[in-house]
Amino acid sequence: MSDTHGLSQSTASVIDVWIKKFPEGKARSAVLAGLKAAQDENGGHLTNEIMENIAAYIGLPAIEVFEVASFYDMCEFKPIGRYKLSVCTNVSCMLCGSHAIVDHLEKRLGVKMGETTQDGMFTLRDVECLAACINAPMLQVNDRELYEKLTPESVDVLLDRLIAEAKSGE
Amino acid sequence: MLNEVCYRVMPKDISSWDDETLSKEKTWTLEAYRAVGGYQVWEKIIREKTPPMDIIAQLKQSVLRGRGGAGFPTGLKWSFMPPQLPGKGEKYVLCNSDESEPGTCKDRFILSNNPHQLLEGMLIACYAMGAKVGYNLMRGEFWLPFNRCEEALREATEAGYVGANILGSDVSIALHNAATLGAYICGEETALMNALEGKRPNPRFKPPFPANFGLWGQPTTINNTETIASVPVILQRGADWFAGAGTEKSGGTKIFCVSGHVNKPGNYEIALGTPFSELLEMAGGMRNGAKLKAVIPGGSSMPVIPGDVMMKTNLDYEGVMQSGSMLGSGGMIIMDESTCMVAVARRLSRFYMHESCGQCTPCREGSGWVYRLMCAIEEGRAEMSDIDRLRRVAKQIEGRTICVFGEAIAWPVEGFLKHFRHEFEACIKQGPRTVKR
Repeated sequence: MSDTHGLSQSTASVIDVWIKKFPEGKARSAVLAGLKAAQDENGGHLTNEIMENIAAYIGLPAIEVFEVASFYDMCEFKPIGRYKLSVCTNVSCMLCGSHAIVDHLEKRLGVKMGETTQDGMFTLRDVECLAACINAPMLQVNDRELYEKLTPESVDVLLDRLIAEAKSGE
Repeated sequence: MLNEVCYRVMPKDISSWDDETLSKEKTWTLEAYRAVGGYQVWEKIIREKTPPMDIIAQLKQSVLRGRGGAGFPTGLKWSFMPPQLPGKGEKYVLCNSDESEPGTCKDRFILSNNPHQLLEGMLIACYAMGAKVGYNLMRGEFWLPFNRCEEALREATEAGYVGANILGSDVSIALHNAATLGAYICGEETALMNALEGKRPNPRFKPPFPANFGLWGQPTTINNTETIASVPVILQRGADWFAGAGTEKSGGTKIFCVSGHVNKPGNYEIALGTPFSELLEMAGGMRNGAKLKAVIPGGSSMPVIPGDVMMKTNLDYEGVMQSGSMLGSGGMIIMDESTCMVAVARRLSRFYMHESCGQCTPCREGSGWVYRLMCAIEEGRAEMSDIDRLRRVAKQIEGRTICVFGEAIAWPVEGFLKHFRHEFEACIKQGPRTVKR
């Protein structure tokens, strides 16, 4: 097994797969995929150590990984909840009632946009357009599944399901 | 004509485009794509060894223009690529699938539900421009679209359409899907290249243009997802068929993403030149029978158009320009009479402040100034003179930045002030108030 510079074997192999998509000597292009894999593995956020390890593994100065990671919205640098709920509040969603969705989430979870519930279950994010304008209002869970044409009722159904899923997984 | 090009594989009835129906139809599979004639064009090109120049000539004849927002003629763009390169120099084709312009959600539907057509388009693009490698770069939030594109690429590779010695010929083309980690500016073509290079995605100066100095310094052509996905159908049904569907200067069909206060929001792929009033009718008319107040016709960066002007506008590049805006990405945000235009303008200015890459001072600082002035006006904390200050700040960004993001901040401000200045004045006259956000 080769030296993974502190990265897990699985993150290192994700980076290896991506390096092959690019010409020789352009391994740097795999930095985005490496950040994503490492963040997912670390429960949703990046640490300086992880970014330094990615840099060492790819062969870059650490600062170049920091400056890429810090640019992007999907990179998190503090621990976040098990479920990150990214609610779009841009114009199309706003016209279709994203305010009511935000209000409902904040009330039910007892936290404001940008915060994490005390039990570490949910983090609320107020995000920019996620390209689902025709099915507004919408939110995305953990940068993966979309939930569209939301109402406060459908939000409740979703939250209940996620809470149940978390409980059964424990 | 509805949904016959980029969405040809989808059910004709747009109201059935829900997850349940689409999961049954599995439109994203190779089987479904072949059933509508998919990959026939690619097979024919390989079989007949079609000269690349013929393909570019057909695209020119089709009057296809870039669907990402700028509307640049696609055939002409492809002809800018140097035909021969000395030595081992690579050329690249990039598909810009970083769909992030507020109001725009057409490409996500292509990537998720018709990925094979995009792959076929990319193969044809690579062949026509002599590129051996193509990348399809999606925004990081496109989790399902990315997985569908990866699955499609696996299928197409197994079927021999992609890879080394395609269908037994001496043509070899590698395609790859890639993803960012989410930033609006990655949709700017030079930022997209930096993103793919694993650098901070700041836009680059132009010139040099990508056709000469692009990805890793090699000749590169970047096209929008919808543009590339249109190509197989254009070549299959003929350049004249496509051109004939549109107007003289705006060939073919275009997807319009109709969102906001309508009864049937949706993606409508219709002939360019169609009157807006017809599109509004297709979208089920205004919700609750309300009066149309205004439309942002081409994604959030394009100036707003008052409803009465819009009702007389034809949806082609020239028609929307005559009405004082631009067709842009085709993201149509429809607003009824209950909409506060100051609130809309304020929300958009927050978007631009958040998404400025920070490279150029006028944009980095100006976007914050615009947002703060918008907030002050909406909350009634501003003076009348702040309206002109807002216009001045926006004007000072325009034309003073490396990329057109500066224009994207300034144009909407100008549009809102031109048509709805009285609403900004009313907010100020009303005096301080708490605005719920």
